[in-house]
Amino acid sequence: MHVALLVLSTFAASLVEMVEALTIILAVGVTRGWRPVVLGAAGAFVGLGGLVVVLGPAVTRMPLDSLRLVVGGLLLVFGLQWLRKAILRAGGLKALHDEDVIYQEELQRLRAAGGGRGREDWYGVTVAFKGVFLEGLEVVFIVLTFGATQGHMGAAALAAVGALVVVALVGLVVHRPLARVPENTLKFVVGIMLTSFGLFWSAEGAGAVWPGNDLFILAVIAGTALVSCTTVAVLRAADAQRAGTLG
Amino acid sequence: MQTLKRFGLFWVDFIVGEDWTLALVVVVALLITWGLSSTGFPAWVAMVVIVPSALVASVARARRAASRRSSLR
Repeated sequence: MHVALLVLSTFAASLVEMVEALTIILAVGVTRGWRPVVLGAAGAFVGLGGLVVVLGPAVTRMPLDSLRLVVGGLLLVFGLQWLRKAILRAGGLKALHDEDVIYQEELQRLRAAGGGRGREDWYGVTVAFKGVFLEGLEVVFIVLTFGATQGHMGAAALAAVGALVVVALVGLVVHRPLARVPENTLKFVVGIMLTSFGLFWSAEGAGAVWPGNDLFILAVIAGTALVSCTTVAVLRAADAQRAGTLG
Repeated sequence: MQTLKRFGLFWVDFIVGEDWTLALVVVVALLITWGLSSTGFPAWVAMVVIVPSALVASVARARRAASRRSSLR
């Protein structure tokens, strides 16, 4: 069950990050040609691969308790940040992530930068590299922490590659940002999963013994979801009340 | 030196994000859990109480900040 949850969470997290990277790549390709996209994306994949090669063996060599404490703690902090943003978005305190809007903004920025379509468009290469590398970095972080802590690096990596293949294929077919992917909902769910797993593993690493052992992760996920949904509901109610008062 | 500082800041921003107090609370909660684990008290309780409370408090702070900003406009 742990592995299934891990694979699903990694797939969902990777999917939203790839969708974001695709938006940037499409904007670069449309405005500045596809050569900078290929060079930038290839550079990013080499960089990300290098990180996996360096960090992967390092985390898998750590003793399990230290690994769960350190990596689980990092995952918890990272997940809380992710979940906080998702709650603020769902509660109306932060703009929702809209790939169409981001795509249009990116197009304007890239056109305004001028140049391009020359011998080598380094601006386009840099934007494509940054887009893929920064979004990919989150995927690498999730794969390494999820995979290492549970000892299923291969399954986590496969889930990420699966998401990459799905987004790349759909992107090739539709040739526009994937605005229909329920990104905000996925980010909310992934935030809950990252926080729950991070909390569970880091507590174990710190010496806590969960009642019911591994099965208790379901209670942690349910509890995190309950707290998150209640917080969103309170934010929305306060917002509606405020709108009513102003109206 | 400047590059190293930027590199460090990038990772702090990447993992810790907008509210550093959440990271601090996680460290404190883990220390409390570690302290409780040798006493026989169910140490996991510390994490499931402290961490979600910190998240709610962080969201509440963000909401107050947003309210202040909109009242200033």
